Amino acid sequence: MSDLTDLTIAEASKALSSKEISSLELTQAHLEAIGSANTALNAFVLTADEQAIEMAKASDARLTKGEGGVLEGIPIGVKDLFCTRGVRTTACSNILDGFTPTYESRVTANLWDAGAVMLGKLSCDEFAMGSSTETSCFGPCINPWRRSGTADKLVPGGSSGGSSTAVAARLCLAATATDTGGSIRQPAALTGTVGLKPTYGRCSRWGIVAFASSLDQAGPITRSVTDAAIMLSAMAGYDRRDTTSVDLPVPDYCAGLDEGIKGLKVGIPAEYRVEGMGAEVDALWQQGIEWAKQAGAEIREVSLPHTKYALPAYYIVAPAEASSNLARYDGVRYGLRVPGSDVIEMYQNTRAAGFGSEVKRRVLIGTYVLSAGYYDAYYLKAQKVRALIKRDFDRAFEDVDVLLTPTTPSPAFALGEKSGDPVEMYLNDILTVTVNMAGLPAVSIPAGLSGEGTPLGLQLIANAFDETTLLRAARALEEAAGPQPAPENWWSTTP
Amino acid sequence: MKVDRATVQHIARLARITVSDDEAARFEGELSGIIEWVEQLEEVDTDGVEPMTRVVEMAMTQRDDEVNDGGIADDIVANAPEKADHFFVVPKVVE
Repeated sequence: MSDLTDLTIAEASKALSSKEISSLELTQAHLEAIGSANTALNAFVLTADEQAIEMAKASDARLTKGEGGVLEGIPIGVKDLFCTRGVRTTACSNILDGFTPTYESRVTANLWDAGAVMLGKLSCDEFAMGSSTETSCFGPCINPWRRSGTADKLVPGGSSGGSSTAVAARLCLAATATDTGGSIRQPAALTGTVGLKPTYGRCSRWGIVAFASSLDQAGPITRSVTDAAIMLSAMAGYDRRDTTSVDLPVPDYCAGLDEGIKGLKVGIPAEYRVEGMGAEVDALWQQGIEWAKQAGAEIREVSLPHTKYALPAYYIVAPAEASSNLARYDGVRYGLRVPGSDVIEMYQNTRAAGFGSEVKRRVLIGTYVLSAGYYDAYYLKAQKVRALIKRDFDRAFEDVDVLLTPTTPSPAFALGEKSGDPVEMYLNDILTVTVNMAGLPAVSIPAGLSGEGTPLGLQLIANAFDETTLLRAARALEEAAGPQPAPENWWSTTP
Repeated sequence: MKVDRATVQHIARLARITVSDDEAARFEGELSGIIEWVEQLEEVDTDGVEPMTRVVEMAMTQRDDEVNDGGIADDIVANAPEKADHFFVVPKVVE
């Protein structure tokens, strides 16, 4: 048996079913790994040791009886944006200081129903607003990858940087994450993991701390495409408590995963060759095209003319929705309260103390674009541009089955390198944000290393609710790319 | 459009966030930068384009008009910074 923390979900499930290992052993191995790594990596903001042990024992009892779900006994991490009953949930913001939900998010409830074991809660940018996990109120999370020959601290991407770090560093077999503008795919690309953003409406948003409601979608970060398919099978499904959840049957995402890419039409959008994209990213893209071609796919050039407007439109729509969603944090019902001379001053003091700078910036932008006289010029205009972006994709998918692009314009950057200028940080999401604007499913897979020795990702995009084709194509490219290296372990305090 | 200091303070009041003079000075530059950057959308011709209101075409579902939840007052106030029985306590609002 190889190291317990090196297993994929698929491998661990097999070993659990055959009683080669127990969930308790598997869970304890991960809790130990977290214990020796977290000082250096800061991925977990809370570990639920006792609960994890109990859940693992219950899984072992079910496995002994030959029962159990698709994730029976599998230890996972949960982004701190998902409400977990009885376990502190803060969205990594001081304003939710000490908040302990009395309910469970639909997605995590689905995972526990499928037998998964919760190890703890993972760091993220405050309210999922960021691309580096540097805005977490628990401090930055550190990428397990380093540039060759240096010890500089790199960011693990964001907002789901705790999730990507924990999966890459073998602290959990998989993690939940959320993606509003790239927050699953960009951190996956920067840590050499697989990040899947499902179609908007595929997974329930109920019980997930809201950022931008028309864009937010939950998905998994894993170490293989097969594991992403297993996780999605458990996470997805209709939920009457989320009115945007879509009432469609959930297919078996693992069936047909190995059917290959032969005969599929793969579109290459010229507009994704953006300014500032590194030469090695472009070379990797060409390599990906070559892999698809060699595996029997038909390559077609496509045009998505409104691509460059997706990011500015996003920075109207997302802050507008955020400013409305975050109005609920007023010091009355939960979280932080800072006193004031009257109720208005109490609100103002609470929000001034509880929100970090990036959150304030976005709430103010959102308030500005929605304020009297500006609604048509900004928000309505952005929603019209969004319709054009969606139309571009609709036309492309008349001719092709999937689109292939890089996930990010560059590999992982250093802590503090991009936190000076908000717009420069926002440009990280230039290749991922279009998908959120159109509500489509997309996945990032690790495809090689940069000249600096850090991971780079390729992104595949499919038509709405066609995760099956998306995952099948991703599996084929994963196969073509071959086994990807794991980061060298520099973070453990115990050998 | 440039977001000046007075506008920063105005929207901060609308958003119920106290903003110090130092912060207002910083936000003035940052918000102006972001707003000027998003204004490149002006060059897109959107005449006759319907704004996108939903990602997936579907009819909004309706449920029966029946109580299907409730009786959880303890849960509702469990995280309140200040409460009395099943009430949230706030500073006096009406004189």
